Amino acid sequence: MASIHPELNITEEDYQTMVKREMPRPPLWRNCIIAFLSGGMICLLGQFIQNIYLSLGFSSTDVGNPTVVTMIFLASLLTGLGVFDNIARYTGAGTAVPVTGFANSMTAAALEFKKEGLVLGIGSKMFALAGSVIVFGVVTAFVAGLISAIL
Amino acid sequence: MSPKAGKHSILFDAPPYLASAATVAGPREGQGPLGPDFDLIYKDLLLEQKSFEAAERKMLADACALALEKGNYRLEQMDYFLAGDLLNQITASSYCAAKLALPFFGLYGACSTLALSLALGAILVAAGFATNVLAATSSHNCSSERQFRYPTEYGFQRPLQAQWTVTGAGAAVIGAEGQPPRITAVTTGKVVDFNQNDPLGLGVAMAPAAASTLLLHFQELQRNPSYYDLIVTGDLGKVGMALNRQILARSGYQLDDNYNDCGVMIYNPDLQQVESGGSGCACSALVGLGHIWRRMQEGELKRVLLVSTGALHSPTTLAQGESIPSIAHAVALEMGDGS
Repeated sequence: MASIHPELNITEEDYQTMVKREMPRPPLWRNCIIAFLSGGMICLLGQFIQNIYLSLGFSSTDVGNPTVVTMIFLASLLTGLGVFDNIARYTGAGTAVPVTGFANSMTAAALEFKKEGLVLGIGSKMFALAGSVIVFGVVTAFVAGLISAIL
Repeated sequence: MSPKAGKHSILFDAPPYLASAATVAGPREGQGPLGPDFDLIYKDLLLEQKSFEAAERKMLADACALALEKGNYRLEQMDYFLAGDLLNQITASSYCAAKLALPFFGLYGACSTLALSLALGAILVAAGFATNVLAATSSHNCSSERQFRYPTEYGFQRPLQAQWTVTGAGAAVIGAEGQPPRITAVTTGKVVDFNQNDPLGLGVAMAPAAASTLLLHFQELQRNPSYYDLIVTGDLGKVGMALNRQILARSGYQLDDNYNDCGVMIYNPDLQQVESGGSGCACSALVGLGHIWRRMQEGELKRVLLVSTGALHSPTTLAQGESIPSIAHAVALEMGDGS
């Protein structure tokens, strides 16, 4: 078959090979180490906050909720201040995997679509990024629950 | 009439003038190495407007007003307004056109809009349908990021091939009379789709389109890359630039030191954290109408080939698994009489 781009002396397949060769490789080891350290720091902070709540009299079964709420608040605050995305550039999975990433994805969407109003903006677009986490989280929980009920 | 020099190219008998040009830029672009070349640099991204979309509109209007002012033109002297941007339904351009009340052609060529509007403006003037045409384009980092990618405050690790949408706008007056540079030739690109689908590194998708237009330009006008003092592609970035060079080399055209890319030129790659470089309509607009137009006025550059590149996908087609079709248009700018 004659090429529709006779001026280009390259096929799609050859170009694909060229792209693979030229594509800059992400510094995987560096990214992993930074993610491990930053994610660990966030967990350490979470533990610290949890200990405070424990000392305030929360039981060890109830203490998870206020701790997570505090972490969500902090991540949302940093998102609102415009700092979170600058941190996440470096930390990658370190900030994305803990609850902070989830909070950021919701707050960022809420901030972004605020100008389109409460109902059609914030209300409907807030879950634009985080929605699938919830959907598949619930589905996975259902399947896991089913399995545990059968066993 | 100017005969077509081939299926894609026109060599003008009476080349129209790029008589006036103005650029307005966002703060990050202002801090870049080309900052001194822009006419107006804003302090923030909102420009005291209520949304980024409104801010983009204001930038476009400011650029148009400045282009008219710099060339001592009145709005009434403009026969047509050609403009385009990246927003859905090219709203920045349409809202701006609503204020100008000129005969308006709204254009969509994604980031290729600068060359597209200059080419069409030159064709209108050369054909005698217009004496003066106002051509303009804009892009805003925040309004396009949220439309094409993620909310602006969403935190993620940008891959090394990612590009940064330039905030700014550029406007130009193309006239039958005026001061050089003149638009001596245009090469209209065709859509090239090499089955690429990475929305973060559009340079990779656009490089074959840029190469196609460059090759057609060289072949149809029987020119070599060395004919030009500078050949600039719109927004291929570092990665796309390397790919473009390699594709051209396969056809026997070596792009040497006279080749650069607006996306690579506009930011300081070491300090400004833009990974592969800049992108967006304003990328070629700021470099072409700010930096290059000035260098030509000052006599440093005599012949420049501006090749703006555009990725013609939408987030919807991409989510449905389609690839990214791309296009590039070339505009030859020359000082002196042209030919």
